[in-house]
Amino acid sequence: MLGYIIRRILVAIVITIGIAAITFELLHLISGSPVHEVLGRGARPAQIAAWNKQHGYDRPFIAQLLTYLGHLVVLNFGYSYKQGQSVAQLFKEYAGRSLYLSGSALVLSLLIAIPLGIAQAVKRNTIGDYAMTTLTFVLYAMPPFFLGIILIDAFALHLHIFPPLVPSSQTSTGAALTHPRDYALPILTLTAVNIASFSRYMRSSALDNLSQDYIRLARAKGLSRRAMLYRHLLRNACLPMITLVGLSIPDLLAGNLLVEVLFNIQGLGLLFFNALQNGDYPILLAYTVLGGILTVLGNLMADIALTVADPRVRI
Amino acid sequence: MTEDLENRVKPLGATGLQVALSDPELMPEGGDVQAIASGWRLAVREFANNKVAVLGVGILVFFVLFCFLGPLFYHTNQSLTQPLNANLQPGQTSPINGQTYPLGTDEHGFDELGRIMLGGQTALEVGFFAALISIVIGTLYGAVSGLSGRLIDGVMMRFVDIVYSIPFLFIVLVLATKFSATVLEISLLFGFFSWLVPARLMRGEVLTLRERDFVSAARVMGSGRSRLVYRHLIPNALSVVIVNVTFLVADSILALAYLGFLGFGLQYPTASWGDMLGNADNYISNGQWWLVYPVGFCLVAVVMACNLVGDGLRDALDVRLRRR
Repeated sequence: MLGYIIRRILVAIVITIGIAAITFELLHLISGSPVHEVLGRGARPAQIAAWNKQHGYDRPFIAQLLTYLGHLVVLNFGYSYKQGQSVAQLFKEYAGRSLYLSGSALVLSLLIAIPLGIAQAVKRNTIGDYAMTTLTFVLYAMPPFFLGIILIDAFALHLHIFPPLVPSSQTSTGAALTHPRDYALPILTLTAVNIASFSRYMRSSALDNLSQDYIRLARAKGLSRRAMLYRHLLRNACLPMITLVGLSIPDLLAGNLLVEVLFNIQGLGLLFFNALQNGDYPILLAYTVLGGILTVLGNLMADIALTVADPRVRI
Repeated sequence: MTEDLENRVKPLGATGLQVALSDPELMPEGGDVQAIASGWRLAVREFANNKVAVLGVGILVFFVLFCFLGPLFYHTNQSLTQPLNANLQPGQTSPINGQTYPLGTDEHGFDELGRIMLGGQTALEVGFFAALISIVIGTLYGAVSGLSGRLIDGVMMRFVDIVYSIPFLFIVLVLATKFSATVLEISLLFGFFSWLVPARLMRGEVLTLRERDFVSAARVMGSGRSRLVYRHLIPNALSVVIVNVTFLVADSILALAYLGFLGFGLQYPTASWGDMLGNADNYISNGQWWLVYPVGFCLVAVVMACNLVGDGLRDALDVRLRRR
């Protein structure tokens, strides 16, 4: 098993290098050097050439790529000339709120989707099951920003329960934790979006397990229905969820971006969005590569967690 | 399925079968031999019996007619802004021409219903073209990878792993800051980053198909690699990829809406649903529900219909694959 894990980690490292190289290459094509941001539009060609030479932007592409990869190893994500800060510093400043938002949405959606999927499988083909399947199917097709707008309309503008936007005065992550009400709508939006995909898989996984012999055996040896559900079905049916959560990192990041833009939350998604508008390429490059690394890590962790949780995979 | 092989082997096989049937002694005990419907016909029947999938097809057909034929019957001005006509409620009469608008007008004075039709055109076009591009790239790439030796196959699939791990929305957004003016550009952009799943599916199919007798037979009969790919492997593996097409269409329509909402979609005079929802939070605060819910409803309906058709196709082709 250790050999398998080591091999998986090596593959993940190769893929991470590939991600960084391809993303760097693509952004290099769009914007080779940040010289225009630094010196302004009126800079003379000689000045531009001198600045490029001084900062290494005149070197061959391969040399620049190797420097970039070397920087990544020591977590140097580059420097945003527009913001006058290192990208790593900016990430540290903004990451807390995104983590709070995505993390709580993920935990909440698992807490709801797992029992929901099992309940649907146990009571399959009843009106309740059909209603929930339809609801999750609609949610699955719904863009997160549109769902967010519906929730704003209902809960903020009509029922006045929650504020429509997260007040921009809340700049620190600590404030986010002490004012959970302000984050209720964005978290609710992301939770609903996650539930839509999680509960569908959970339902079919629970259905698969329900028809298997070990469940019949558990009932036959006299186990109560409740004990069978909690002790046998729950643990087995949750196994595919490990993989699903590991694979859902790109969706989580995308949902995060849209929801942060809609609710004006000062997180990584909004940082990326502002960088898009300003053409702040070091941030765009860094966040795309970071997203790629998180995706690879998600896959890796899911694989390892599954080997630990499910002895059958180890063989 | 193994058409090519059957055609060549038929003379011998057919006469053999005829001899067997004409001799009453050799009739099978179960009675007459019955023709079993072909796999494809079974799949079509299975799909037609799936009410939800048929509903999905119906919704898609409705939106194609509504978006592409609608503007021919319902003429609206979608190019000249008319500030005096702006922000009319549905049914409210216009102060300048005395007209009423069934879904009201937006802040430029454009008829909302007509604009939804135009936005639907771009959504369906991008969905269709992006899926087409990614299927073509993915199918060819997967077939070549599956037929190549272990080393080349390994390298090609690692490349797929790498590109697949770059978050789609982020890389597409970054590139869209430079290339996202037209439907074609955006379709190409989506296509170039979404062929990875079809490529993986295709390779998996080719790996199992290439060990099968009819492929060996074709190879022994002297067919070259390109004939093998185009005549045998792609047609046989296609059913697995086809299921993916509808999901690709749905994902591309959603991605276009995300780009439009964030302001990096198609350029202004061209209408798109995401763009129309770009200011939706303001509209909702101003009580202009008609600029939010109809568009959003259409978007969700089309994406949902694609997913319904995809699920239906998967179930139907499962029946066909089980026969194999």
